[in-house]
Amino acid sequence: MNSLLVTDAVSKNFGDFTALNGVSIEVPQGSIFGLLGPNGAGKTTLIRIINQITMPDSGRVLLDGLPLEQHHIADIGYMPEERGLYKSMKVGEQVLYLAQLKGLSKQEAQKRAKYWFDKLDIGEWWGKKIQELSKGQAQKIQFVVTVMHNPKLLIFDEPFSGFDPINANLIKDEILQLRDEGATVIFSTHRMESVEELCDHIALIHKSNKVLDGEINTIKRAYKNNTFDIGVDIDTFASLPDGQASVKAETALSQKFECTPANFKSLGNELKLRIKLGADGVPNALLSELQNYGQVTHFTEVIPSVNDIFIQTVNENL
Amino acid sequence: MSVLSLIIRREYIARVRNKSFLIMTFLSPIILVGMIMLISYLTQLNKHEKRTIVLVDESGLFNNTFVDTDDTSYLMLTEQGLDAAKEVAKSEEYYGLIHIPSNEGNILNGVTFYGNETPSFSLVERIEKQVEKKLEDLNLLSQGVDLAVLETSKTDINLNIENFSGEKSSKMSNWIKAGFGGAAGYLLMMFIIIYGNMVMRSVIEEKTNRIIEVIISSVKPFQLMMGKILGTTLAGITQFAIWVILGGILLTVASLVFGIDPSAASSGGMSEEAQAIANDPDMAAQFIAEVGKLPLMQLVFGFLIYFIGGYFLYSSIYAAIGAAVDNETDTQQFMLPIIMPLMLAIYVGFFAVIDNPHGTVATIFSIVPLTSPIVMLMRIPFEVPVWQLVLSISLLVASFVFTVWFGAKIYRVGILMYGKKPTYREIFKWLKY
Repeated sequence: MNSLLVTDAVSKNFGDFTALNGVSIEVPQGSIFGLLGPNGAGKTTLIRIINQITMPDSGRVLLDGLPLEQHHIADIGYMPEERGLYKSMKVGEQVLYLAQLKGLSKQEAQKRAKYWFDKLDIGEWWGKKIQELSKGQAQKIQFVVTVMHNPKLLIFDEPFSGFDPINANLIKDEILQLRDEGATVIFSTHRMESVEELCDHIALIHKSNKVLDGEINTIKRAYKNNTFDIGVDIDTFASLPDGQASVKAETALSQKFECTPANFKSLGNELKLRIKLGADGVPNALLSELQNYGQVTHFTEVIPSVNDIFIQTVNENL
Repeated sequence: MSVLSLIIRREYIARVRNKSFLIMTFLSPIILVGMIMLISYLTQLNKHEKRTIVLVDESGLFNNTFVDTDDTSYLMLTEQGLDAAKEVAKSEEYYGLIHIPSNEGNILNGVTFYGNETPSFSLVERIEKQVEKKLEDLNLLSQGVDLAVLETSKTDINLNIENFSGEKSSKMSNWIKAGFGGAAGYLLMMFIIIYGNMVMRSVIEEKTNRIIEVIISSVKPFQLMMGKILGTTLAGITQFAIWVILGGILLTVASLVFGIDPSAASSGGMSEEAQAIANDPDMAAQFIAEVGKLPLMQLVFGFLIYFIGGYFLYSSIYAAIGAAVDNETDTQQFMLPIIMPLMLAIYVGFFAVIDNPHGTVATIFSIVPLTSPIVMLMRIPFEVPVWQLVLSISLLVASFVFTVWFGAKIYRVGILMYGKKPTYREIFKWLKY
């Protein structure tokens, strides 16, 4: 798969402080790429380098296989975390101004602005000043400003903060649509559920180093360890009073497998366990074993969430 | 349209549309003209007020000394005696009373002014002069000197000043040169302070609005900084032009409508030379001739170079300060490096240059950048040696380039720094980023 954006061993120091230490990532064409990391890890510095706001001390950044140059700003749309607009400037003028700074002609900017204002149904804000709009409304304008020049690469830093759930959904759908139309998206966020939902690739930056990257399913496959959540409705030990049968079955299973209590939701009060099979365990063997104890109601492989992977990786790299 | 001109346009429109800018632009000339009118009106009122001073001359020597003038008349009440005269002066609300004792030996220290209020400095001086003159005349007479002969023997010379190549100059031309230079230097200082501050505020505004990162993902910080400085400068020139035109129109209209001569307001402060110029047609002609003799080309050329160079030098420092801080209150600690050289330049200009335009102090400060724009502007009318001009301008250009580079560097880092008040040391560190 060809990569739209490649950073090759990018380093950046601020005085004695190392913000980025030889970070290499590859963002595949047409992907939604999650750039993750704890606060202060260096994500924003990397994004600023991609935007040519700061220059790297060493390393290269390639866009479409070519080293970054000034004209590439027209190919990138960036919505920073610290965002804002000129408060006393009118919405329309502001949108046209910012689009022209990205290299659009005035006529083109007007056309695109009309398209987006119609699409988001915000046409009546055109003549208002930003300070007359609510925070969420201003965020929408900010989104339009980011995507208006049809960039190949969109970079969003915490895009959903400040939006109510309805508007967050609306923006999410717009982002997905832009991706379907061919744009590549880099996402920087702390909200793991939106990473889970949207991203197909991630990179994790921790303490100025990249500690993990790749396709999200590959990573999950690497992080899963043959663990299953099981539920069994005990009937073998039916002669025993309620509860005791459960305890007995659990003891029997614990002798054969590594068991911990599981906490998935179900309607009955069956025995619920999380069983770790280990590298050479065979799921079918577990399943047939379980059948000895009663009706199997639940049998799911535990797939690590991005959240789990994030916490685990960060803790491993302390 | 290029990015820079887009930025300039936006900055210009943002400044010009700003409410306080509009108010300042149109209100200032009105207020200024109003003040001038008020002062001239009051000055004229003052003139029409006639005061009467009672005179009690027990010596009998000063019968003809005190002559009525436009604003003062004298009332001789010697016969009534001092006490009775005082009563009269009090009851009639006369301005004051001059008492001259009878004994001739006492006159020297015994002349007394009585009054409700302390008389003005000029009145005291006038009375003293008149008494002195009379006593001196009496002394001369007693020595057998003929006063008429003395009067005819008096002369008044005007020193002709000419340089070795034959160009004439005069005391008046020195005044004119000092006037031109001072006005230019002062104008530059005002321009720097007003519009430099405006540049700084607009940088801070972008930081507090958090729009800066959006903008500099599209343009280079250097372009943004230059666009800001140029846009604000154009707005400043617009404002200045409106002030001059509107002020001129208002002043003309007001003086026609109210029939008040605005020059009356300033005549109090004018030097005697200046008043003489205003009153004497010969002098006025000479004035015009002297202005014509000024090195006009050098003046215009110098004004443009030093005005532009000096203004950009300072406004890039202002922009850097704006980028370094988060809000306007934090700017105070960084203002010193701007205000100090400006103040120094103005003081050097008004003291050293006018006193001795080619002295060591004036020469050095007109070459050192930061003070050179103002000091050299003040020196140019006095004709500066070419090598000094060349040296000064080259240094100015070099330091201008350096400051813009330096300012842009601080600007580039500073605009992305939020939340903490930087120290000088940190800012110095930014240069290496």
